[in-house]
Amino acid sequence: MATSRFTRKMAQGGAFTVFWLMGATAVLIMLFVVGYIMVQGIPQLNLEFFTTSPRGGLSGDGGIYSTVVTTFYMVVVTLLIATPLGVGAAIYLTEYSEKAESPIVRRLVRIARFGVETLAGVPSIIFGLFGYALFVSALNMGFSIMSASLAGACLIIPVVIRTTEEALKSVPDSYREGSLALGATKWETIRKVILPSALPGISTGILLSAGRIVSETAIFFVTLGGSYRVPHSLMSGGRTMALHVYYLAMETRAFDKAMSTAAVLVALIVLMNLAINLITSRISSKTR
Amino acid sequence: MTEEIRMKAEGYSLFYGEFKALNDISIDIPVNRITAFIGPSGCGKSTFLRSFNRMNDLIPGVTTEGTVFLDGNDISKEDVVDLRRKVGMVFQRPNPFPKSIFDNVAYGPRLHGTRNRSDLAVIVEKSLKAAALWDEVKDDLNKSGLAISGGQQQRLCIARAIAVEPEVILMDEPASALDPVATLKIEELMNELKKNYTIAIVTHNMQQAARVSDYTAFLLTDENRAGNLIEFGPTRQIFTTPSDERTEDYISGRFG
Amino acid sequence: MTRENFDRELEELKQKLFQVTESVRKNLNSSIKYLSERDMKGARMIVEADELVNLKCLEIEEQCLNVIATQQPVATDLRLLFSILTISTEIERIGDYAKGIARISEKIGAEKLIKPLVDIPRMEEIAGRMLYDAIRAFTEDDIKAAREIPTRDMKMDVLYNQIHRELITFVMQNPHNIEQTMMLDWIAHNLERVGDRVVNICERTIFTVTGIPVDLN
Repeated sequence: MATSRFTRKMAQGGAFTVFWLMGATAVLIMLFVVGYIMVQGIPQLNLEFFTTSPRGGLSGDGGIYSTVVTTFYMVVVTLLIATPLGVGAAIYLTEYSEKAESPIVRRLVRIARFGVETLAGVPSIIFGLFGYALFVSALNMGFSIMSASLAGACLIIPVVIRTTEEALKSVPDSYREGSLALGATKWETIRKVILPSALPGISTGILLSAGRIVSETAIFFVTLGGSYRVPHSLMSGGRTMALHVYYLAMETRAFDKAMSTAAVLVALIVLMNLAINLITSRISSKTR
Repeated sequence: MTEEIRMKAEGYSLFYGEFKALNDISIDIPVNRITAFIGPSGCGKSTFLRSFNRMNDLIPGVTTEGTVFLDGNDISKEDVVDLRRKVGMVFQRPNPFPKSIFDNVAYGPRLHGTRNRSDLAVIVEKSLKAAALWDEVKDDLNKSGLAISGGQQQRLCIARAIAVEPEVILMDEPASALDPVATLKIEELMNELKKNYTIAIVTHNMQQAARVSDYTAFLLTDENRAGNLIEFGPTRQIFTTPSDERTEDYISGRFG
Repeated sequence: MTRENFDRELEELKQKLFQVTESVRKNLNSSIKYLSERDMKGARMIVEADELVNLKCLEIEEQCLNVIATQQPVATDLRLLFSILTISTEIERIGDYAKGIARISEKIGAEKLIKPLVDIPRMEEIAGRMLYDAIRAFTEDDIKAAREIPTRDMKMDVLYNQIHRELITFVMQNPHNIEQTMMLDWIAHNLERVGDRVVNICERTIFTVTGIPVDLN
């Protein structure tokens, strides 16, 4: 049946071409977007841009210094809150709750798991409004890095829990058995074998979360306030680079500066993703 | 038995919830000898082996009857961490930690209090030598434990177990994941090790049991799917003149 | 059932052993017959037939070795193969006795027999019967028979002593017949040895079945 073989070959070639075109389109779109931003934004980049703060007002004069500082504080503080809570919860869920004898505990764990899964998909503005209602208003922290970080932590803890759990689960049980058989306690096993082994996976989760914090707008819009000044304490407000792009574009004439900030942001995200790739390749070479 | 006994089980039964997996097993494990547990798949020999270092405690829902003794002491009354230092285990698949060879072997001693780097180095060298691995890795102890061959990894696991100076070494099919040459090396090693340790090994390879062990125990499931001890005796005797017909059928390969 | 090939080979070896034993038994019987009947051609045939017996025993031994090397036999199977090996040696020896008797026939040659043979054929008859029963008991795992057969060995001893005394008396009266007398004594002695070897075969049978080495002498 020569026709059938011919048709099959044609179909294969056809499919290959279609997918190639789709892939090429996706890459082209991405290159176009990034390229456009870079082309528009890079000309304005100079030392002054990075070292001066925005001056506020319609002109959009000034640089992005304060936004860089705010972004940095935001990442650090949010991670400081979210990492211990997220990693700790994941350790409990993976290592301890499996063996729980009590059915009540097991029920709670199931509920907790479901909660984590659901929260991971909730839009960030919800966390923003929650943060506004609780931290900014009710607890009277006002627009501040503290409020925003707490809200941000709520946002990323589910993600940290999920990635940490994945990383912990991917550590083979044979390591746990081997460690326990040598006379280690459960906690020693976790501390000395499982965590070090899962560290690359956990770090990836944390870096991903950091990337999320850098890119988020809605949630910090309602918790950070819009101050263009350099924050001098945790209770100060401020604006992240992502928010600054919004303010520049919507409230000033300096559209070009918005592009420049965007370009810096994109470059930062690219760097963070490169870091993630580096870590994941280290994982696969270690487990060889 | 006229030999000195290191470990002993008396009327030992094990349950997974309601299901009885091991039925009323009594056996003596003699000092400085290799005792092999043989039997068809699913007869409970690995489960029974794990009873000697209470690894079955890790499985939720497991209960036991009867007693296991180490040097005359009931192991269920002993601190389990201490027990597992005295009764070590080597697993079927080599499972070195993703750390350096040095850190793998030093893991146990570090846990139990040795911190000094030079003390650890002495222990590491001694253990690797006893596991017949020293010559092959001495030039690069910082190499990852995962970067060596399967047979070497298993010997690394043996070195790691020896490093805490156990009295007993339990081996759960230690060579089944290895090629024939590596297998023979492990068997030779076992012969050396028994001079200083008491060894209990589970194997589905009968020729290995015959080659390597001094005593052999044959286990079989009964009609309730519980593992029973059918026959126990000197290996030479089991393989030339077994007392029980079921033992004879199994070792002659004429199993149903 | 598992191990069909193996079981078939074990059966084959038992059959080969049985057959070579039958050949030897017939050779033994014929050798005495040819001696009595002064059949030179027959005697020569026996001498040459022993070559085949040796080859057959060698074949059995080689096959046993191969099976042991490749099948890792244990317990009863192992004892069986071991017994086949040792019995094969015994059979080969008995074959040598038959050959020896035939050689003596040739040596005596044209001479007349110093006396008609009566007790020697009687010994051969008992020995032949014992041999047949013993090899049958082995191939059929019949330990009852294996225990009974050695009791007949006593008769062989009695007969041999009788023959021996008779020949001594004869040689004292007729010293010039000493050569033939000695050869006849040798024959009787070796027939008695056949009995001993048959007892060994019976011991092997019991060992194979029960695993207990016994001494049935």
